[in-house]
Amino acid sequence: MTRIVVVTSGKGGVGKTTTSASFSSGLALRGFKTAVIDFDVGLRNLDLIMGCERRVVYDLINVINGEATLSQALIKDKHCGNDNLYVLPASQTRDKDALTEEGVEKVLKELEHMGFDYIVCDSPAGIEHGAIMALTFADEALIVTNPEVSSVRDSDRILGIIQAKSRRAIAGGEPVKEHLLITRYSPKRVEDGEMLSYKDIHEILRVKIIGVVPESELVLQSSNQGAPAIHLKGSDVSDAYFDIVDRFLGKEDKPLRFVDYEKPGLLKRIFGGK
Amino acid sequence: MSLLSLIFGNKPKTASVAKERLQLIIAHERNGQTSKQDFLPELQKELIAVISKYVAVNPDDIKVALEKQGNFEVLEVNIVLPEAGGPN
Repeated sequence: MTRIVVVTSGKGGVGKTTTSASFSSGLALRGFKTAVIDFDVGLRNLDLIMGCERRVVYDLINVINGEATLSQALIKDKHCGNDNLYVLPASQTRDKDALTEEGVEKVLKELEHMGFDYIVCDSPAGIEHGAIMALTFADEALIVTNPEVSSVRDSDRILGIIQAKSRRAIAGGEPVKEHLLITRYSPKRVEDGEMLSYKDIHEILRVKIIGVVPESELVLQSSNQGAPAIHLKGSDVSDAYFDIVDRFLGKEDKPLRFVDYEKPGLLKRIFGGK
Repeated sequence: MSLLSLIFGNKPKTASVAKERLQLIIAHERNGQTSKQDFLPELQKELIAVISKYVAVNPDDIKVALEKQGNFEVLEVNIVLPEAGGPN
């Protein structure tokens, strides 16, 4: 049974594409056949983050319009070291109306027939057509949120949209399973009272937290190189994303890491400034 | 708290301000999405139906309004009953 997961946030720049890349890579590394689809028609970037931008020939809109087959458009990922992960890029040129509900449904059905275990939909920012298309067919949703007021508010908004416009919401059966994923978290700033804690965000949004990814320079470095951050084995970011994948796959009791600030020693506290 | 902040006084905790503001605005926006236009006409219709069972009222004499007063929302239902011994 194929599961469709939307990675969304409302607000831009919070880490949706970074998360889509690392999360889908993590699923593939755990042995699941996974496709990750860029829904940001006109502003595609998943291909760059996944490091496959020079191998893009056909895209999602080509497949919807019947100008290419799905297998022609799918790009095999080279970082996972297995044949489990495929990238379906967004169109860079066409207008957004080409992304029809019937077309998206057709592509998702075909991926299901091809035997994919997971389909990860990387949503564009905002609440316009592309974002709605990305979440329409979702079984589960990763809501990417920064510990910052506008991001939290937009997350609440997108949660409302998932609960109103997704197929599951309209059909009235089992609702979309929501997971809160907090990125760019700084335990020190939380400790200092400068940043919303993950507990605060959970209290406000009332969605179960699937993981907290700490703020890290490595995210920029991995996007520079076009290799998802989860591949930087042993780093905080990589560990955090693997934890998220494992919790998603059922190990829900795995404790949160990278959320506590380790206080420096007494000398540093007296002389070390802030 | 560190020694420095004990000496120089605590910095204001902006995170708690953020939390408070978010809780207020999100509660407000969640209400705005579901209520008002959605349920008021339906409520009015049902009220008319219920009251008509017991008293003959003119549908125009039942007014339902939702108002905001500070932090509260006030639901005002105004029913004008026909005068005793009048028509009907």
